[in-house]
Amino acid sequence: MNHMDIKQIQDLVKFVAKSGVNEVSIEEQDFKITIKVNQEPTYVTANIPSQMQQTSQAIPAPVAAPSTVVETPAVATPAADDTSKYLTIKSPMIGTFYRSASPDKPSFVNVGDDIKSGDVVCIVEAMKLFNEIESEISGKIVKVLVDNAQPVEYDQPLYLVDPN
Amino acid sequence: MFKKILIANRGEIALRIIRTCKEMGIKSVAVYSTADRDSLHVRFADEAVCIGPPQSVDSYLNIPNIISAAEITNADAIHPGYGFLAENEKFSAICRDYDIKFIGATPEQIHDMGDKASAKETMKRAGVPTIPGSIGLLTDVKEGIKLANEIKYPVILKATAGGGGRGMRVVWKDEDFESSWDSARQESKAAFGNDGLYLEKYIEDPRHIEIQIVGDQYGTVCHLSERDCSIQRRHQKLVEEAPSPFMTPELREKMGAAAIAGAKAVNYEGAGTVEFLVDKYRNFYFMEMNTRIQVEHTITEEVINFDLIKEQIKVAAGIPISGKNYEPKMHSIECRINAEDPFNDFRPSPGKITNFHSPGGHGVRVDTHVYAGYVIPPYYDSMIAKLICTAQTREEAISTMERALSEFVIEGVKTTIPLHLKLMKDPNFRAGNFTTKFMETFDLSEE
Repeated sequence: MNHMDIKQIQDLVKFVAKSGVNEVSIEEQDFKITIKVNQEPTYVTANIPSQMQQTSQAIPAPVAAPSTVVETPAVATPAADDTSKYLTIKSPMIGTFYRSASPDKPSFVNVGDDIKSGDVVCIVEAMKLFNEIESEISGKIVKVLVDNAQPVEYDQPLYLVDPN
Repeated sequence: MFKKILIANRGEIALRIIRTCKEMGIKSVAVYSTADRDSLHVRFADEAVCIGPPQSVDSYLNIPNIISAAEITNADAIHPGYGFLAENEKFSAICRDYDIKFIGATPEQIHDMGDKASAKETMKRAGVPTIPGSIGLLTDVKEGIKLANEIKYPVILKATAGGGGRGMRVVWKDEDFESSWDSARQESKAAFGNDGLYLEKYIEDPRHIEIQIVGDQYGTVCHLSERDCSIQRRHQKLVEEAPSPFMTPELREKMGAAAIAGAKAVNYEGAGTVEFLVDKYRNFYFMEMNTRIQVEHTITEEVINFDLIKEQIKVAAGIPISGKNYEPKMHSIECRINAEDPFNDFRPSPGKITNFHSPGGHGVRVDTHVYAGYVIPPYYDSMIAKLICTAQTREEAISTMERALSEFVIEGVKTTIPLHLKLMKDPNFRAGNFTTKFMETFDLSEE
């Protein structure tokens, strides 16, 4: 194989998480992928040739292994040069964070989107109720700080926003 | 046995529960408000979830947030500690609905014991002595005098809408009844807009003596003897001791049996405390039942050598108890150390603890969640430590306590340590000569 698409990486992460193996590293001619699983969040670092890059959307974590967190490759994230002027949208509740209203629907917001105060940015599910979380600020989404289907606590930062 | 317990509390009791969980190999989840981020219970638990802003109503009393925290951490049981949601019927019921074991009483038991009138009725039916009095309100003076002679003077007229000692009159003989009736009704009407009065026997020189009980899920209940909590200020306990200096073996047997009968009447599950008022003739009367672990559970642990939190967890997990009662083998005293200025009307003193050195040595136990550098938040109660001293005799326990108090260094905030030192030196306290009225006449001037 000389490249892997997102679906293949997803399957590989799922497999590694289930297998109980701590670390898997695969190196080919034009790419290298490392997956580490332990109590820390699971990191997937992969050098994927630029034509294979998807948009900087978070790879959804495997449903069977809630303790893994998968982050996008560093190269896909725009460099945050001055984070101090950015604002954060924090979670007002405890529960499970979802990027979209259901698995087959698109995410409420993505990096680069403009949002205004009152826009729904995510869902936090608690006690079998799905709560739409509205942003209190306006601006541009700079970074998504939590992956889909991950638990969040009160005041946990969810999105980094440039209020311009 | 449970795999993971979420502790729905904070401060020293949260730490207390986490310690037992660690010893039992059970994972612990701490919950905390943003004001408690640096609290010790957060650091010592295996996992921690922030559940809200500083105000208790939005965090430690926020049922949806706490249940959500249990869901996302997969906790299979919740220990509510004391205070907060420990005796909240709705919380106990919601835990049951969500298949999370509430380590405490059932909603029905909380309900029955929470209503003073119904609790009294339940106890009466179980044969537990209750304070004799009128059933409901008195219609007139004639009925009052008749009842007063049945239950024997002294009696107390109490306003049904009352509180804070208002609308109350103690009556010592028939001749005084009518004038007391009139003035009590007037005061009650003025203060509460309601002049309804009921009658109770007036307990002279009462002592507050409570019996610790434990009941399992199979109907077995046992008692772990008494604690004397008469040293109180405005109904807040300051010092507790086990055994009570006023106790006799016969009284302990009677009170223990009464407490067990009361607990069995509601099929009580878990650790609980039945509180009694004891008069100078050693008559005892049911006051109320607390369906939770108490602050002063520590002194019972020291005198009978059992971990009561462990017993709570075992009972909740369905393990039966032997049914054996336990008598105290040692003497233990607890001083509640609060961040308050005892010589300035107990004004609260939150802030940063700049220096903290707790006492140690033989017979000394300190339960605390604070440390040097810790900032006491202003949002919660002021108790910062419990100092428990245990010895073979009461005299030795008192001298250990005096020694330990004088070693206890807490700087940066005012504490009640100087008050406790004064109490330990007081001749009446040392003689075991005190009732719930003790603190009313205690000299609170700085030495």
